[in-house]
Amino acid sequence: MDLIRVTKRDNLPRNIEIIITIAAVLLSIVFSGIILLLFGLNPFSIFQELVLGAVGTSLRVQQTIIKAIPLILASMGIIVAFKMKFWNIGAEGQITMGALGASWVALNLSENLPQPLMLLLMVLAAAICGGIWAFIPAFFKAKMGTNETIFTLMMNYVAIKFVTYLQYGPWMDPAANGFPRIANFSENAVLPSIGGIHIGWIFALAAAAFVYVLIRHTKIGYEIAVVGESLDTARYAGMNISKVIIISMLISGGLCGIVGMVQASAIEKSLVAGIANNYGFTAIITAWLAKLNPLTTLVVCVVFAMLIQGGEYIQIALGVPSAVSDIVQGLILFFVLGSEFFMRYKVRFGKTAEKEVA
Amino acid sequence: MVEFLAACVVAGTPLVLATVGELITEKTGNLNLGVEGMMLMGAVMGFYTGLHTASPLLAILSAALAGAGGALIYAFVTVTLKASQVVTGLTLTIFGTGFAQFVGEPLLGSMAPSEITAFFAKTTIPVLGQIPFIGPIFFQQDAFVYLSYMICILAAVYMYKTKMGMNLKALGENTGAADASGININLYKYAHILTGGALCGLGGAYLSLVRIPIWQEDVVNGRGWIAVALVIFVAWNPIKGFFGGVLFGGLSIIGLRFQAMGLGISQYLVDMIPYIATILIVIISTHKKRKESQPPGDLGNNYFREER
Repeated sequence: MDLIRVTKRDNLPRNIEIIITIAAVLLSIVFSGIILLLFGLNPFSIFQELVLGAVGTSLRVQQTIIKAIPLILASMGIIVAFKMKFWNIGAEGQITMGALGASWVALNLSENLPQPLMLLLMVLAAAICGGIWAFIPAFFKAKMGTNETIFTLMMNYVAIKFVTYLQYGPWMDPAANGFPRIANFSENAVLPSIGGIHIGWIFALAAAAFVYVLIRHTKIGYEIAVVGESLDTARYAGMNISKVIIISMLISGGLCGIVGMVQASAIEKSLVAGIANNYGFTAIITAWLAKLNPLTTLVVCVVFAMLIQGGEYIQIALGVPSAVSDIVQGLILFFVLGSEFFMRYKVRFGKTAEKEVA
Repeated sequence: MVEFLAACVVAGTPLVLATVGELITEKTGNLNLGVEGMMLMGAVMGFYTGLHTASPLLAILSAALAGAGGALIYAFVTVTLKASQVVTGLTLTIFGTGFAQFVGEPLLGSMAPSEITAFFAKTTIPVLGQIPFIGPIFFQQDAFVYLSYMICILAAVYMYKTKMGMNLKALGENTGAADASGININLYKYAHILTGGALCGLGGAYLSLVRIPIWQEDVVNGRGWIAVALVIFVAWNPIKGFFGGVLFGGLSIIGLRFQAMGLGISQYLVDMIPYIATILIVIISTHKKRKESQPPGDLGNNYFREER
């Protein structure tokens, strides 16, 4: 008979689920270590420095939190879209356009405007611009069934090229002596800091609470989940699917847009073409790892922010490319994706063996 | 004009290879969104091997293996472990990007050795290259371009004229029925997904070894995603895939022509053309509902016999 038998699990005890996930993450780290070894690097010292680089000093902890903020905000945007199985991989573009909207406000309104009002207007402009960038593919998906994956991804390139155009053209700072950069924001357009950390963390926590309530306790959140589970069910239930798609993508893009505002205002204090800095893609990993649960996402985002910060640190300290942390991130997701198989199915070796492989 | 069209073929070659690779993958019913990642893995490993061995053949082989390696991860996670195809493909792109940055960091700015550039210099094919108009466009190219012609023709013959090609079609259309008729589902899926990955790797290597033989980080620059869109546009047909690739190759270099003509349009706005054109073809392809241009029936669905 078959040497390996696979049967569907009826129900999965919570502790087994946790054990499988931890095993997957550990395996992914072992695997990353093997890749480092293959390239002649010492995985132990690299992993040690990676962790030290993320939490070794209070300054590094601050940097880690500052990197967690955009990741959390973008992940919340991703969750709203992915719940509906709308594969929004256009967060990079939505972040870029959000930053563009916020920068337009910052550069064009008076520097005498009260700071809270200025920041509020910047957030609004960012949410609107990010929302519009997400609305375009959502509209075509809702009305014609256009493939959103490629559409949203292409919108990233269009957004980044557009900001590059502004940076080298109409928005170039005349005071920069021909250097292609956009002018710095005035003081009232910069997010204030408390204890070395800008107040974007309040936005991040607020967004997490908002998405949590939206998904768990509102009608539109319920409709998003139903559309994601089965279009037929949604149709039979009389839901307006187009409306659900468009509303949830406006929220998704709006949240991503706010990432752009935070990064432009607090980090760059200006607009640059690379403002999204891959956060839109990393957020896909973090949201999926957290099984689209907003609270779990907070934890995963902090861990990934440590990876990003630690990666930057080893680049400086050891001269090892910071892309090591990208490889580790990708591998973690591969292993966790694969591990879900062992949550859904029981695998037994041999005919009589009862031992479980997890 | 002839010179521009010949340049379109060169610019289109990476797209042609990746498009044919992805359409072979999708014929199995598996949508692999990791094309961009596999192209990057192929580009960096091809360049790395080329730089260290100065052997064009080893460089190509290594690129194909790197692409196939990426595809192997994808196949294992989606075919054997039944994970979400969309998310696994996206992860492969993220992983491949990180991999290429990691391996490529010390190579930044290095040039491919002269043995490689000499091997891929333009060579005119006797007789065919002398045909007016057609000759200079298609048959005064480099060896890699000729390889891409052969791959398109082989793929078409395989898909439409062989029993295995027919089985492949059946598999993508209705995996359950194909399984019932005795086709080895997993073997077919693995073989074609890996072949597809190898072709994507080759597409990446064309960029790093021939197109601009200097290593730079964003060599692929969205071409993998354009290839995913092109597969829909060319309706899963490798011959149409060739012309689709060349068309989009042309769109990617048309900006430089505008610049040369001095039309006064910003280079950065012109750079948007291939991406906007891709959006347009995605919209147009959704609109047309001809029977032969539909995706494989089981595209994107994982297959698990015991669940039927």
